[in-house]
Order: sequence, then structure tokens, then C-alpha cells
Amino acid sequence: MVGAVIGRMFTSLLVVAGSSVLVFVILYLLPGDPVNSLLDPTFATSEQIASLRHQLGVDQPLHVQLADYFGKLLHGDFGNSLLNSEPVLPRILSQFPATLALAAASAVVAVVIGVLLGVLSAIHRNKPIDVIARIVGLLGISMPAFWSGILLLLVFSIHLGWLPTMGSNGWKTLVLPSITLGLIGAGFLVRMIRNSMLEVVNEHFIVTLRSKGLSERSIMYRHALRNALIPAVTMIGMLVGEMLAGAVVIETVFARQGIGRIIADAIMAKDLPVVQGVIFFSAIIYVSVNLIVDISYSFIDPRVRRAT
Amino acid sequence: MRETVAARSALRKRKWELPALRSSEKRFLFSKAWIVIAIAIIAFMALCAIAPQWIAPYSPVEMFTDSIMQPPSVVHPFGTDYFGRDVFSVVVYGSRESLLIGLMSVVAGGIVGGTIGALSGYVGGLLDMVLMRAIEILMTIPGILLALTIAAAMGPSMTNIVIAVAAATIPGYARVMRGQTMSINGRSYITAARSIGVSRWGIFWRHVLPNSLSPLLVMATLGIGSSILAGSSLSFLGLGVLKEIPDWGALLSQGRGYLTVAWWICTFPGLAITLLVLAVNITGDWLRDYLDPKQKEG
Repeated sequence: MVGAVIGRMFTSLLVVAGSSVLVFVILYLLPGDPVNSLLDPTFATSEQIASLRHQLGVDQPLHVQLADYFGKLLHGDFGNSLLNSEPVLPRILSQFPATLALAAASAVVAVVIGVLLGVLSAIHRNKPIDVIARIVGLLGISMPAFWSGILLLLVFSIHLGWLPTMGSNGWKTLVLPSITLGLIGAGFLVRMIRNSMLEVVNEHFIVTLRSKGLSERSIMYRHALRNALIPAVTMIGMLVGEMLAGAVVIETVFARQGIGRIIADAIMAKDLPVVQGVIFFSAIIYVSVNLIVDISYSFIDPRVRRAT
Repeated sequence: MRETVAARSALRKRKWELPALRSSEKRFLFSKAWIVIAIAIIAFMALCAIAPQWIAPYSPVEMFTDSIMQPPSVVHPFGTDYFGRDVFSVVVYGSRESLLIGLMSVVAGGIVGGTIGALSGYVGGLLDMVLMRAIEILMTIPGILLALTIAAAMGPSMTNIVIAVAAATIPGYARVMRGQTMSINGRSYITAARSIGVSRWGIFWRHVLPNSLSPLLVMATLGIGSSILAGSSLSFLGLGVLKEIPDWGALLSQGRGYLTVAWWICTFPGLAITLLVLAVNITGDWLRDYLDPKQKEG
């Protein structure tokens, strides 16, 4: 068991390293020379351009740049922004709490709505609550976040004036963004939990419980639900990816601070070290969460433990 | 005593028991109606993409300078924007790009991902290990971040957006196809084919591949919806193709600045995206139930 955990941790490290190489290579293919965005080629002399290229290290071949990047990465140096020479890692760390707050609040929205509607919909199949749940599920996965966010802004901030339209200070600014992002997760969860509940209900142990004379309520909530939630746990890992990706759009729509905003701005400005830094940072988070999910899976489901 | 227990449990059952797993006629009709509506929406949007001039009342570049930012009316059903363009006509013309991005990126992602998965599952061994580690690496970068990076690196063009969106979907297809190929490969009819001397790749082409395709097909149908969403997110963030006729994501993004004074510029393109994706997802759900009754949803 311990060996398996250490093995998983090792592969996770390799995967994170691999993803940073991948991003480096993609960005290396970027046609625009980063020097052009810093110096105006019509005014700068060729010596100035050459010296800046040398200073940034972009005159080196790919493998030298890559080795240099990794060497610095191992020392916790994510490089400096091309625009204002600000170190990348402190900037990410200072903005990360805002994204974390958004992700956490959205996760609460997603889990509360998703689990509740998913379970009720499976228990009351084909009743009005089931229809509502299926509509919520479909809308959650079909509405673009930038549109649902704008609709919420239109109704609750502009027309009713209950909540602020932008910013990231205080809980009030968190309400609309977290509902917008949470609804996407809720959509996925409703569909998943409904399906897995309906599957569990047909299993033999449920028939056994029923024949033992247990009340339907206890069968549903104490036995069926617990088993139906197991596959939902793996979705947590996937949801974290969704939240990180959703943050890019949501933080732009609601003009919030956060790492999604950093990367959206950096991509527009072709600020490569910042883009690399944010992607590397989110890859670390994504991989760590999935590692924890994998390990905790064996505690939740004894059948998995026996298999490893 | 026994009777009361039975009566009580019957009462309880009435409240809690799940209805039996057969579809009543009424529900059948109800669900069928949804699919008909969904397919009608898709057909209409496809018509908008193929022949927008038949549906749009005006040219998308015609500017009605005397009626700038007018709310929806009989003359302009979706209102007009800040240039005085008819929003309905712009939305109709903008459908082509959204549909094409959705379809093409699913085809590209499905073919590349499916091939990787099929090879990985059928050949196995070292190739499987190398390919799956590569897929795992690709998976660590959340979809839209990968698409954003690729789109930013390659510059704004329709092909690049398709590549960016498709690349983010490769891991999903590869993993499903790998699992499916491996499971089919273990069936006894494959052993039977092998025992009568069918060549390795003959088995693959004639037996393994055709039998592994249906989950990929379902996934691809549901994937069209998420690819349309991803593509429009990219153009909303400003990485789309800049041209005279904006696609839905770009139109919405431009209208955002006028939200307080002209809600219709943002609302209708978003409604178009939602309706299209909703219709595609309903069709995908139906296709899944039809092709793979095991995964059937209620």
C-alpha cells in the first residue's frame, strides 16, 4: 500500500515535469518573437535587439533554454515577466487566494445542488423533481459560462442592484461568480449521480436489503447513496480541472483578480514566462488533487484497496 | 401481524420505490418530442450556416445608422447593435463558424485520440506505456488552458482554433478507445478468429475496430457540444478570428461593454450557443441510449 502510494507520487512528479516540457515546446513554436513586443523594431538598433535576445536567453537553442528553465524551476524560480520584470511565482501566489476562494465557493454550489438533485431525481424518477433535475443537468453542461455569468450580472447587479458587478473584495463579489461556475459542476454531478444511483438500485444487495424488510428510505440514503457516491469521488479530480479552466472565463467576465485573469492577460501580451508559470502551477494543483483522490479512493472503497 | 407489515411496506413502497424500469407510452412520447425539437434546432442552425442569406432579413454588415442600439422590435427581432447592425442577421451569419469549429474539432480530436487509443490498446506493451504517459501529461493541463496556449502560440485563425480545441479533447477519446479495444480484444470471438488464422491486423480492422466504435461515437456527439462551448470561449476571450462578421463568442464579447444600455446584444448570441449545445447534448443522450442500452439513463 505504502509502496503503491510512493510509486503514484513518483509518476505524478514525472507527469508534471512532462507537462511543463510540453508547454515549453508549444510556446517555443510561437511565431512572434518576444523581443518584438518589448522593443519597437522600427526604432531599436540591431545591437539593442541582439543584446536583449541574449539577455532573455532566446538566442539559445531549444534544449539549452529548456535546461536553463528547469534548472531555475528546481530552485523555485519561475522566471520574470517580460513586461515588467516582476518575478512570476510571487505574482501567482499573491493572486491564487482569490481563485481558490472562487473555486471553493463554486465547489460548494456544485456539490450541494448536484448531489441533492441527483439523488432526489433518481429516487423520484419521472416525477416533477426528476424533470427539473434533468433540465438543470442539461443546462449546466450546455450554457457557456460567459453567458450565464452575464445574464446573472444583468438581473442581479444591473437591474436589481443587489450585488456588485465586479471586483474581488468581500463575499458579495463571490456570489454570482461562484453560482456561474458552480452550475457547470452541478450539471455534471446531477447527471453522474442520477445514473450511478439508478445503476446501484438494480444491484443484488439492494434486493437483499429490501427482502430483509428495511425501509425504502433507509435503503436509499444509507446504502444506495453511499455506493452511488463512489464514482462521484473520481469526478472531484475532473472538477478541479474544470474550475481552474472556468476561472479564466469567469474572472474575465466578473473582472475578478486571480490566476485565470493573469494567464488571460499574459496570453494577450505574449508574456511567455507568466503563461508558463501559471500552467505549470495549475498542473501541479491538478496532479496533486488527483493523487489525493486516487489514494483516498482506496479508503472509501475497500474493493479498490484489495486490488492494489 | 404479517399482514400489517406487508401493508405497511406496501404503503412505504408507494412513496419510495423506484418505478419499474420500463418506459410507459406517455414518457416515450414525451422524450421523443424533445428529440424532435432538438433535431429541428440543429437542422435550422445548420441551414443558417449553409445558406444564411435565406434566413437573415438583412446583410450582417448593413448599418442602420438611424437606429443604433434599438431594442428588439418587429423590424429588428433581436434589436440592433452599436453600429446599427441587425443583431438577428449577425447571429444567423455567425452560426457558420461556431458549427464548423464544433464539428471539425470533434472529427480531428476523435480521429487522433481514437487512433492513439486503438493502437495503445491493441498493440499494448511499450507502445501502450509511452502513449498513455503522453496522454496523462496532456491531461494535466486543463482543457481550455491548453487550447488558450495553443491558440495564442499559433495565432488567430479558424484552423488553429480547431487544432487548439481538438488537442484538448484527445485524452478523453484515447482513453475510452483504449479501454474499449482491450475489452473487445479479450472476447472469445476474437480468439476464435485468431485460431482460424486471421492475420493480426485483419482481426483489428474487421473485428476489433468496428466493435469498439460505438462508445467513441456517443462521446463524439456529446463532444460537439463542449467543443462549440470551448471554441466560443476562445473567441470570447479574444483569441478568435477577427473579421467583419463576428462569430457568437466574439459578438457577445463586443456587446459586453454595452450591457447596461443594450442587454440584447449579449443575450441573443448566448441564447443561440445555449440552444445549439442543448440540442446537440439531447441528441447525444438519445444516441447513447440507442447505441448502448447498458448506459441508459432513465
